[in-house]
Amino acid sequence: MARRFLVLWFRHLTTDWFLLHRPALQETPFVLAAPDHGRMIIRAANVIAQAQGINNGMAVADAKVLVPLVEVLDDKPELPAQLLKALALWCIRYTPIAAVDLPDGLILDITGCAHLWGGERPYFKDIVTRLRSSGYDVRGAMADTIGAAWAIARFGRMTPIIERDGQVVALYPLPPAALRLEPANLDRLKKLGLYRIGDIAGMPRSALRRRFGKELLLRLDQAFGQEAEAIESVQPIEPFQERLPCLEPIRNAGGIEIALTRLLETLCDRLQKEGKGLRTAIFKGYRVDGGLVQIAIGTNRATHNVPHLFKLLQEKINTLEPDLGIELFVLEAPKVEDLSPLQEALWGGACGLEDVGLGELLDRIANKMGAGVIRRYLPDEHHWPERSTKPAGSLLEKAMTAWPDDRPRPIHLLTKPEPIEVTAPIPDYPPMLFRYKNKLHTIKRADGPERIEQEWWIEGAKHRDYYAVEDEEGARYWLFRSGHYAGIHTSQWFIHGFFA
Amino acid sequence: MPATKEDIIMQLRKDILLLQGFKPTSVSVIDVGLGPVTHAFPNAVFPTGAIHEFVSTGAENAAAAGGFVAGLTGALMGSGGACVWISSGRKVFPPALKAFGIEPDRVIFLDLKREKEVFWAMEEALKCEGLAAVIGETPEIGLTVSRRLQLAVEQSQVTGFLLHHNPRHLNAIAAVARWKITPLASTLSEGMPGIGFPRWNVELERVRNGQPGTWQVEWSAGRFHPVVPELLALPQLEGSQEQRRKTG
Repeated sequence: MARRFLVLWFRHLTTDWFLLHRPALQETPFVLAAPDHGRMIIRAANVIAQAQGINNGMAVADAKVLVPLVEVLDDKPELPAQLLKALALWCIRYTPIAAVDLPDGLILDITGCAHLWGGERPYFKDIVTRLRSSGYDVRGAMADTIGAAWAIARFGRMTPIIERDGQVVALYPLPPAALRLEPANLDRLKKLGLYRIGDIAGMPRSALRRRFGKELLLRLDQAFGQEAEAIESVQPIEPFQERLPCLEPIRNAGGIEIALTRLLETLCDRLQKEGKGLRTAIFKGYRVDGGLVQIAIGTNRATHNVPHLFKLLQEKINTLEPDLGIELFVLEAPKVEDLSPLQEALWGGACGLEDVGLGELLDRIANKMGAGVIRRYLPDEHHWPERSTKPAGSLLEKAMTAWPDDRPRPIHLLTKPEPIEVTAPIPDYPPMLFRYKNKLHTIKRADGPERIEQEWWIEGAKHRDYYAVEDEEGARYWLFRSGHYAGIHTSQWFIHGFFA
Repeated sequence: MPATKEDIIMQLRKDILLLQGFKPTSVSVIDVGLGPVTHAFPNAVFPTGAIHEFVSTGAENAAAAGGFVAGLTGALMGSGGACVWISSGRKVFPPALKAFGIEPDRVIFLDLKREKEVFWAMEEALKCEGLAAVIGETPEIGLTVSRRLQLAVEQSQVTGFLLHHNPRHLNAIAAVARWKITPLASTLSEGMPGIGFPRWNVELERVRNGQPGTWQVEWSAGRFHPVVPELLALPQLEGSQEQRRKTG
């Protein structure tokens, strides 16, 4: 899947923080300074100070000449890292992967997140306006690569949202500083008169490597999306995995069961603490001879019930071949879902499809005989009886339409209608007699016809005229004639079901 | 206040049942609406939390038994219950269950291949306390397996229905009752066209601590209605006697 990134740039990160904590500074020019070789050097200046000509890296004495009233505060060197970490954690609400980009930025991997806010534009607007309203002067950009987003956030003049595969066009007019290069390389580019990325990008790669080293090419590739770039999220997504190394290789089922119980207990304990349940589990055994044996189970609903999961896995333990022995057991839960805590019922009783016990029963059956044997049906809007039901996707899927009950339907339906011989008096009248499996049935009562048309898009299909009939012994049948009446011998009659 | 004669007799009957080794199977009483048929059972209570056996031969009788069981299950499921229908070679048409008071999407069908799997699934399902009923379709069942099922329901109080279609031979099994359901001709008032409500001849062949007997039951307006013989029209009475001669 194509990835998307959002880079945020805090232009006055530390001074904004000071303003938030000391609102009295709002109107005054102030700088943050730190001692360096016996001089006080400015590390950051607020907007007012910058407007009056004070820049980062100036000595405080020089700044006081320019602006006599400037307020000098002590810089806190660890402040940017702390602030960015807190801001990245705040951004977890927008995406699970948010990384700190020192000294003054954040990188968010927003792949597959923006549609939850109704598209990239509202998503972007939401993040930026919220950060701005909380007092941080922030700029941002979205692109397919981190490099491009970084460049547009800091140097972009046009739109902050770069369309898919649009980074090349967007980056060409920007200065080389947008490529995150070393100062030495930047100076060299400037000396050579290369002021735009577009000037560099067209040059032969070997020439660029000789003059500027590997760094420039790497940064170019990263910006244009030819080289992958990894970021480290502030909140790493920890896999649900437990390991159990064994002192002695395990060779018997009893030992494997003990290992399984221990792993399940620790894993389920963690799942329970985080309010989650697993849907699939893989139990792996690494053998002494380097082989890998594994068993996998799936459950119908999220669970962290140790005895239940143990039972599911236990049935498959005999398919594991320990051979010379298993020295490491690993239990993984690749698919984990949130599990809402259940209210314990005070009086047990029939509690329907939501019942946990039923879910566990179906897990055991699916585990032993395959999920295909479990069927649940929902009404489907087709008149044709064979097509009037559809299999339900999950245990809790609700019926979208009500079950029709205006027409009588037989309790037993033949999967394939069977032909019968019939004597019918007049067209469109129920038959008088029919012969099914060499037994003659005299019809005493009949109801019908109920005409059921085949779907119109099926060409040449015949409709069916259904009759519910009762014979002299009281047995009730569902018969139909396929197509129109066409004489005694040419009409096709079938039996399709048995009424209760 | 001195106890009346009926009360004393009722109490004595209950005592005799207990002496005979009868254990009331379930705590709660669910009225399945069978009326006089329930009087065949001890204490005139339809036993839930037990195994019922239904024997049928022929496709027509199998459908009748299926409908009757669906009616019972519908009453047991109430508004929110769920049931499991286990079979190999299923014929039940889910939309038809709606007429018997069951929401068809509350039924979970297990279509298994072998008889052994049906027994295993049935035992596991009967252990599941959240279910209203478990229906199992097999040609027959052995005594040992039936005792295992019986033990499961004693623990979980789930009602089990065993549908035996075309049994090779009838074993004595650990079920609370053996039923035989055959279809009866429906009745309509004179001159009305069409087919009336489903009507069955319900025969209790064997009841533990109870009285076997034969009744006629009709399914209409969403519940069982016992057919009172006095109200039957004369030709129908003859018909049913003929029926009895045939079956007996």
